[in-house]
Amino acid sequence: MSETEVKTNPQGDPITSVAPAPSASKKDPHGEAKRQRVVTPEYMFYEAPRTKEFITGSEAAKEAIRRSNVDLAIAYPITPQSETMQLVGVLYGEGYVKEYYRGEEEVGVMAAIAGGSRSGVRCYTATAGPGTLRGLEGIASWPGHRLPAVAMFTCRVVNAPLAIQPDNIEVSYLLNCGMIVFHAENQQDMFDFTMAGFTISEMNDVTLPVGVCCDGFFVTHARGYVRMQDRGIKLPPREAWRGAVPVLDAENPPARLSRDAPVQKSNFMAYNIHAVWQQEVWAAVERSRKYIDRYMGGLLTAENVDDAEVLIIASGSAAAQSREAVRLCKEKGMKVGLIKVRSLRPFPTKELRQLCGKAKLIVVPEFNYVGWLAKEVATAIYGFSNAKIIGGPRVYGGQSMPVELIVDEVESGVSGKKSTNVAMSQIMGGVNPEEVAHFMRSI
Amino acid sequence: MAITQDTRERIIVPGPAGFHPPSAAQLGVALPDPGQGLYYGLLEPNEEVVIEEMARKMLTSPNATIFPGPLLLWAWNDHAVEKAKATLEIAAQIPEVMIIPMPDYRPKYPKIDPEEVINPNHPNLTIWGNKIEACIFIGVHCHYANLTLKMIRAGTNCCTMAVCAEQGHEDAMLTIRDSDTLKIKRIAQIFKRVREELGIKLPESGENVRFTGTQSKVHGGKTHTNPMAFAPTPGGTGSAAMFGHSAEQMKREG
Repeated sequence: MSETEVKTNPQGDPITSVAPAPSASKKDPHGEAKRQRVVTPEYMFYEAPRTKEFITGSEAAKEAIRRSNVDLAIAYPITPQSETMQLVGVLYGEGYVKEYYRGEEEVGVMAAIAGGSRSGVRCYTATAGPGTLRGLEGIASWPGHRLPAVAMFTCRVVNAPLAIQPDNIEVSYLLNCGMIVFHAENQQDMFDFTMAGFTISEMNDVTLPVGVCCDGFFVTHARGYVRMQDRGIKLPPREAWRGAVPVLDAENPPARLSRDAPVQKSNFMAYNIHAVWQQEVWAAVERSRKYIDRYMGGLLTAENVDDAEVLIIASGSAAAQSREAVRLCKEKGMKVGLIKVRSLRPFPTKELRQLCGKAKLIVVPEFNYVGWLAKEVATAIYGFSNAKIIGGPRVYGGQSMPVELIVDEVESGVSGKKSTNVAMSQIMGGVNPEEVAHFMRSI
Repeated sequence: MAITQDTRERIIVPGPAGFHPPSAAQLGVALPDPGQGLYYGLLEPNEEVVIEEMARKMLTSPNATIFPGPLLLWAWNDHAVEKAKATLEIAAQIPEVMIIPMPDYRPKYPKIDPEEVINPNHPNLTIWGNKIEACIFIGVHCHYANLTLKMIRAGTNCCTMAVCAEQGHEDAMLTIRDSDTLKIKRIAQIFKRVREELGIKLPESGENVRFTGTQSKVHGGKTHTNPMAFAPTPGGTGSAAMFGHSAEQMKREG
């Protein structure tokens, strides 16, 4: 490639964040990576100066990995995440990632991530949709093995018929694995959540994998402004000796054999230890709260909620649509607040109970059919809020979310007018029993 | 001697707490910050208060036992050996104390000898078999300590204490954090002070540690020993280098 030729991503867009092409002279391709300086997470997240670039979500993930001192990245191409892991491969070429290879498929990738993490190194992978579900057996075993790692899930349709369009149904499969799950709204979140994810994941009292989810294409392929620290600094390396479990060593105690051997024994004690083991995994999820507060600024963000009787609660790119809906509602004279849920596991139950106590209407727009966020919200605030909860609007299968759809739900919720986009069964609390009876007779 | 007058209801107390009680984290117990401790599930701003209560429980409960874990038992570097020696200083302050090891985390099926060796897979058997009503865990990797503490709280009446090198343990009735060699030595000093305040004397022979059955057999039928007479293996002869436990790294604990 000539000096003047511009590098592009698979879609033909110029990549602004890759390293300059090597010159003809014998320059060490790893030279820049070798000169990276380790800084504390506190400096990295709060003090280091940042500059703004206009990049895709995949490029944002790549730039996060560049600064995260990653030892091992394993790729298996699947749309739309293939670009992310391809870009991480570029980092390997530049020496920022110590080891990198392409797995046979997702079962193998997730198993290899488990092996890498067990052996004490910092691991990263990314997948999406059917790839997530194919790898789910391995992914679901990570928390029980207390394996720190960061996995990116660039959500897309998983159901048949096959499609590659945005739809975050796969998040619902990840919520009960015992891993920490973040949901990124945009490219900036992808960058920040990924880096914070490594730090939180490896805290001794956490020692759990972190899943950073985003809505595929909307975030991965679209560009947005991302404020990033200098590429000459990186997070401290993983201190595996400090983990909640010893790193794997096949020859010596205390981890001579498979770490989970006892849970495979069928007697009462085995049941007992499996039970407390599960408790311990979820206790570790609880312990991550303080680190999410410390390194990410909280499990949620709240905008204009102080005197709002109507709240829109959203995660992922639905939060961006909702922010615009809040603006339109303001133009119509309605006071509407926005709560953006950033951490799905742990879930911001306490925070939502505080914020939703006075709300009369809550609207939860989502990019999936099942409405997993609406159910989470309703469960969290049950008994703490009398608000009517509209679990919608919902779009899926690759549909985009017209902002007007959200505004319509706010208006119909406030006025009591029947919605044309949200079924009665998606409305919780504050519902007239006669309307429900009518609905039930009508179906 | 001052006794903590905390009017709050204790959350994590000796059990049996039930067939399968919620974990301490589920009950809202959060780990302490540096310098603090957990006092029966309540945040205690001064860890010294927690250590004093540890001493009282270990000095006054039947069959008090110290359970050292792999981080102390394996002489993989000088730092581990120093911590093991410091732990023996604690043992030296407790008359009739037993020391029962947790050498690794593997299940010992099909042949279990729970009265001699504690294991995270069935720690309640060790507690029941020896009728232990107070114990200290030290040098156990946090995940396995947490499993053990949950199971003991569920099924036994033992008062559990955790001297942790990291952030502490919610499921222990009493816990402190960041326990390096210096802090362990300080714990021994506090135990000495509390013992003297309680008027509890040590045997003049210095042999205050009571052997378990197997320990007695391998020591020619002796029933007790002086913990300070023990000479731990020199550091670095264990096999921990592969765990990344170099002395330099572990010193950063403090």
